[in-house]
Amino acid sequence: MKPVFILFALVTLGLLSFGLYQALVAAPTEQTMGEIQRIFYYHVPSAWVAFLCFFANFGASIWYLATKNERSDAVAVAAAEVGVVFNTIVLVTGPLWAKPVWGIWWTWDARLTSTFIMWLIYISYLLLRRFSTADEQTPKLAAALAIFGFVDVPIVYMSIRWWRTQHPSPVIGGGENSGLDPHMLHALLWNFLAFAAYGVLIVWRRYQLERGRQELNKLYRSSAQGAV
Amino acid sequence: MLFFALLVAVIFSFSFDPNAEEARRIVGGLAWIAFLFASTVALNQSWARELRGQVLDAFRASPAPGNSLFLGKSIGNFIFVLAIEAVLAPIFIVFYNLRSIGSEWQLVLVFALGTWALVVNGTFFAALSARTRIRELMLPLLLFPISIPALLAMVNATTIVLTGEGSPRFWINLLAVYDIVFTIVGLLLFDTVLNAE
Repeated sequence: MKPVFILFALVTLGLLSFGLYQALVAAPTEQTMGEIQRIFYYHVPSAWVAFLCFFANFGASIWYLATKNERSDAVAVAAAEVGVVFNTIVLVTGPLWAKPVWGIWWTWDARLTSTFIMWLIYISYLLLRRFSTADEQTPKLAAALAIFGFVDVPIVYMSIRWWRTQHPSPVIGGGENSGLDPHMLHALLWNFLAFAAYGVLIVWRRYQLERGRQELNKLYRSSAQGAV
Repeated sequence: MLFFALLVAVIFSFSFDPNAEEARRIVGGLAWIAFLFASTVALNQSWARELRGQVLDAFRASPAPGNSLFLGKSIGNFIFVLAIEAVLAPIFIVFYNLRSIGSEWQLVLVFALGTWALVVNGTFFAALSARTRIRELMLPLLLFPISIPALLAMVNATTIVLTGEGSPRFWINLLAVYDIVFTIVGLLLFDTVLNAE
């Protein structure tokens, strides 16, 4: 491992610890929701990081189709996998928070549903990569699907918002959008920075792995040709 | 696959046993589920013959652009799936005692736009999934998540027209936007998929 990577990992660890302190100790307790609201500092940053990952996946896929550079494909895989992980965190922490506060685990609200469908789309992306037959074609097929998926997400959001605004939503408590205490915002932004650093760290490591796998495959192929 | 969709209609009719008022509310969903499954079966076959006969290799060697093949396939599948729907729609009407309260010409529009939405993406993803190890199984895994907004729009527009409650305008517009966006994306990316090997 390169020293830069280790240094970055240490910085990330520091940020995560500081974020934990900010979220659990420094941030004031929310008046109506109580301690449970602190899940907010993990839920929201994870959602943002997941979205950043999918955006990186989209950018890398377009870049791959334009240049056929294997590096950008490695970025696309790494970003999609890490994005799915963070998206899963969002989908798990969401109901944990919603049950005590709203009284329900789940509602088909615009944001919840779009996040869920985004998760489904990127899992199908990973499945396509897994089940594709030949290594040379996988990046191209996957890049095409990545573009379809990314284009779909805003349409999903629009359609579900319209669908749900026609029905009264079962949500009892108010959202967090009614103005944020500066201390809370402070804690949120620190945690976002920490999670973003953590996301970059894993994507980076996964990228190195994928590059290694690509190199290995190239060697296999050239040795197979040499044998024939 | 016509038979398959017919079975779906019959089984749902048995399991819900709806009266005329309920039928109007649920049949939009039922019909589209039946059509979605039936068209998945149809779309899976759309590239099978080409792959078997190595026609795609010949096509790659020819000077014709890839997206004309894609457009032709999509239109072919579109006509085919519309024909299935034309046979099935009367069966749904008979089994569920349907009488539309809203205007029928809107239903025609919804069916045309909705079918195109399924078919244009389905043709594209069938070409993708034909390249995977699990072929037929892969198509619904790719097609369903991407199609969710279109499916929501088709079902809601159909229900609104049948029950005559409100205006389906938003959903029809959404379907039109979905069709245009994904037709363009498909046309732009099909060459990549065709020449992926």
